Amino acid sequence: MTDQGLPGPLLTMTGMTKHYPGCLANDRVSLTVGRNQIHALLGENGAGKSTLVKTIYGVVRPDAGEIVWEGQKVTIQNPGHAQRLGVGMVFQHFSLFEALTVTENIALGLNTAQERIGLRERIVRISNEYGLPLDPDRVVHDLSVGERQRIEIVRCLLQNPKLLIMDEPTSVLTPSEVQKLFVTLRRLAAEGCSILYISHKLEEVRSLCSAATIMRLGRNVGQCAPAEKTIKELAEIMINMTLNAPTPRPPSASTAPPRLVLDKLTIRSPNHFGTDLKEISLSLAGGEILGIAGIAGNGQTELMDALSGEIPAGRPESVVIDGVAAGHMGPHERRRIHGCFVPEERNGHGAVTTMTLAENAFLSGFGRQALVRFGVIDTKKTSDFAASIIKQFDVRTTGPKAQARSLSGGNLQKFLVGREVLQNPSVLAINQPTWGVDAGAALAIHEAIMALAAAGTAVIIISQDLDEIFVLADRIAVIAGGRVSAPVPARMATVESIGRLMGGGTEPVRPYGIMALAHANGDSAGHV
Amino acid sequence: MFKIEPRGYESKFWRYASPVLALLLTGATSGLIFLAMGRPAGLTVYTFLIAPLLQQDGVQALVVKAAPLIMMGVGLSLAYRANVWNIGTDGQFTLGAICGGGVALAFPDVTPWVLFPVMIVAGAIGGMLNGGLVAWLRIRFNANEILTSLMFAYIAQYFLVYLVTGPWRDPEGFGFPQTALFSDNALAPRLIEDTNVHIGVLLAPLIAVALWFMLEKSLLGFQFRVLGQATRAAKFAGFNENRLVWIAMLISGGLAGLAGMLEATGTLGQLTTTLSPDYGFTAIIVAFLGRLNPLGAIPAGLLLALTYLGGDAAQINLGLPNAVTGIFQGILLFYLLGCDILLLNRIRWVSSRMRATG
Repeated sequence: MTDQGLPGPLLTMTGMTKHYPGCLANDRVSLTVGRNQIHALLGENGAGKSTLVKTIYGVVRPDAGEIVWEGQKVTIQNPGHAQRLGVGMVFQHFSLFEALTVTENIALGLNTAQERIGLRERIVRISNEYGLPLDPDRVVHDLSVGERQRIEIVRCLLQNPKLLIMDEPTSVLTPSEVQKLFVTLRRLAAEGCSILYISHKLEEVRSLCSAATIMRLGRNVGQCAPAEKTIKELAEIMINMTLNAPTPRPPSASTAPPRLVLDKLTIRSPNHFGTDLKEISLSLAGGEILGIAGIAGNGQTELMDALSGEIPAGRPESVVIDGVAAGHMGPHERRRIHGCFVPEERNGHGAVTTMTLAENAFLSGFGRQALVRFGVIDTKKTSDFAASIIKQFDVRTTGPKAQARSLSGGNLQKFLVGREVLQNPSVLAINQPTWGVDAGAALAIHEAIMALAAAGTAVIIISQDLDEIFVLADRIAVIAGGRVSAPVPARMATVESIGRLMGGGTEPVRPYGIMALAHANGDSAGHV
Repeated sequence: MFKIEPRGYESKFWRYASPVLALLLTGATSGLIFLAMGRPAGLTVYTFLIAPLLQQDGVQALVVKAAPLIMMGVGLSLAYRANVWNIGTDGQFTLGAICGGGVALAFPDVTPWVLFPVMIVAGAIGGMLNGGLVAWLRIRFNANEILTSLMFAYIAQYFLVYLVTGPWRDPEGFGFPQTALFSDNALAPRLIEDTNVHIGVLLAPLIAVALWFMLEKSLLGFQFRVLGQATRAAKFAGFNENRLVWIAMLISGGLAGLAGMLEATGTLGQLTTTLSPDYGFTAIIVAFLGRLNPLGAIPAGLLLALTYLGGDAAQINLGLPNAVTGIFQGILLFYLLGCDILLLNRIRWVSSRMRATG
C-alpha cells in the first residue's frame, strides 16, 4: 500500500464490451481510477456497474476492451489473478460461515498454510490501524451486519490491495456505521489504496468520492467531480430525465377511525435464521402512510408475512383490518375484508415469473375482482383487469399475454403495485416498494401510493431506504430485532434519530423522545 | 467448441420439437444397440413403431394397451405440474386391481348394472387409499413422496403376490398363482363385440379432456400450476398447499386404481402376479412425453403402448429378450429429459478465439 508517487493512473479500462444473450451489459465502457482516489461508479440497477466491476475482479471475461493496470496491459484471468495484481473486492452479499469465528472465516479464504501464520495478530493490527474494531475470536453468528462487513474488508486488506472495490457497501449499515466506514475508506485512500465505490446513493457519493463515472444502459454517460454537482444534476445524468420531486403531502388528520390495528402481534419465524416478531402494536388511520424503517434482516419479511396472513397469528385480535379481527386468517380471507399486499420479492413471491401478466393479475385479484365463475377462470375479465393495470400504471410490455419474466424489474413492480392499488384496498401493506427499481418507476409507484392514501386507504410501507420513508410517510417507526418502535410524526424525525433506533438504540421514544427529536429539528411546536 | 448458454426465455419451437428430437435420438441409439446384437439398425424403428400396427387387430391391441397408460399419464401430468412427485402409480394400479377384482370375486352373481359401477368405485378407492397415504406422510411427517410412493409400489406388488398365492388362489387352478376367472357380470363392458376393446378405451380420452379443462381453465387447476411453479406465490395468493397435495395424490392415485381395475377386468379376466408389466412406471414417461399436458398424454400413451407391442414382436419374431422394451423406454425418457435443456438454453458454436463485438 505504499505505491504513492508512481506516475499515471492505477487502472485504465477502455472499450470494455460484454454481451449477454438478449442484452449488451457493457458497451465500450471506459473507466480510469487514479492513485489515492475514491472513485464512484454511479448508475441505476441494470446500468452495467456490476458487470464492469466483475471484469476487473476476473469473474467476467469481456468480449472486447483493454485493461491497463499500473501502466501494464493485462488480461485478468480469474479472481486469484486479480488478487495477485492487488485488487480486493467486498461484495454486497457476504460469504461468511455463521458458526465460525472471525479468524477462522478469514483463514478459510487463504490459499496456503504459510499465510495463516500469525493471522490473528495481523487481523488485530489491521483492524486497529484502520479503525475497524473487530474481535478475532467472536463467532460470526453473534455479529452485527456492520461487523460482518468489517471482516470482509479486513480480509481484503490482508492482501495489501492497491484497489479496493466496494459494491453498495452502505445498503446494510445504519447512518452512524456509514460515517465510521467513510472514515476508514478515506484513511485507506490517503495511504495509497484506491477505492472504487459502487453506489446509487448520490448523497454518499457526493460526500465521499473525488471522482465519479456515471453509467446508464451499459454505457458511459458522464464523468465528473461529484462534489461540484447537485444531487438533482447527478440523478438527471444517471436516469436521463428531468426529475420532479413529488409534492409533499399535507399532514393527514389522524382523527379518522383506525383501519389497521396490530395488538401485541407476536410471531415465531418459521425460518431457522429468521427474526421473531415481538409484541408489535400499531394503529393506522385511513389516509395515513406509516413508514417502517430498519436494516435488512430485522423482521421485515416476517412482519410482511404476518400482515398478509402468510404466517397467521395465533390470536385473531392481534391483526384487525377495518374492525374485523383477522389474525387467524390467511391471505385470501384478508383480501376479502379489503387488505391488499405487495411482498418484497417480485420473482416467485409477488409474481409467478413463468406465467403471463393476466395470470399474475388473477393470482391476487381473482377474489376481489370476481374473476371466477362456477370454479372456472373468466379469461376475458382477467385479461381486461391485467390490461387496465398495464394502461393505468404505464407498464411497458406487449400486453396481458406477456410472461412476467419478460418485464424489467421496474415494470414488473409497477404491475404488482398497480394490481393491488386497483383493487381499492382499505389497507395496503408494501415491503420495499421500489427495491431494485429505476428512478422513473419509483416515482410512479410513490405517486400511486400517495394517491391511494389520499383516497382514504391506510398504507403501511416497510423500507430500508430512509429517503423513501421520509418522502412518503406521515409517521415513521423503526423495526429492530423484531420489535417496532412507537411511530413518530415524520416532520419531527431526523435521519439521526431514526438511525439510532435502526441500530437497536433503546432511547425511549415517548414522551421524552418526541421532545428531544423536535428539539433537534429546531421545531418549537413540539409540545407533548 | 460448443457452448450452452441461456436463452433468457422459453423457446416455443423447442417445446414441441424437443420430444421429436428425443424420439429421433432414441431411434438412432436403439439402432446402435440392435447393430451390436447383430441385427440391422433400421430394424428397431420398424419393429417397435411400424410392425405392430401391420398385424391383424394391431390397432385394437394398441388402444387397449394405451388406455391405462393414458389414464395414469393424465393423473401424473396433473400431479407433476403441482410439484407432487408420485412415482408409485404402479402400486396404485395394483391396489385398484385388487380392490376392484376383490369385489368381482366376492359378488360374482350380482347384476352387472350394479356390480360394475361398484367395482369402478372400489378400484378408484384402492388407488386413492395408496395415494392418500403418501399425501398424509408428506404433509404430516414431511416424508418425501418420491420415496414413499415408490416403496408402496413394492408393498402393493407383494400384497398382490400374497393374495393370489394364498387366500385368493383359485382352488381349481392347478396351483398356478392366479385367482378364479371373474364372472361375466364383472367383466368390463366391451365397446366392440368379441374384442378386447373395453370401456376404458372410451374413458381414457374423456378423462384426459376433463382434466385438461380443469388444469388450464379452472381456479383449482390454476392453484396446481402456481404451486408447481412458485410455492411462495401460492402462499401469497392464499392457496392451501396441503389441500392441493391431497387432491393431486388422490386424483393421480384414483386414476391409477381405475386403470388397474379396468386392466384386470377388461383384458386379463382374473388377478395374476404379473398384472402390470410396469405400466405405472411407463406412465411416468407418458406424462413427460406429453409435456405434462393431459391432452399430450393421449398421443404419448399411444406411442408407449406401441413400444410394448413392439417389444412383444421383437421377442417373438427376432428372438430378442423382453428387456429390450424397457431399454427402449428408458432411452426415450433419458433423451426426453435431456432434450429439454433446449427449452431454456441454446447451443452455440464458438471459435476458440474470442471475437470482438462492436
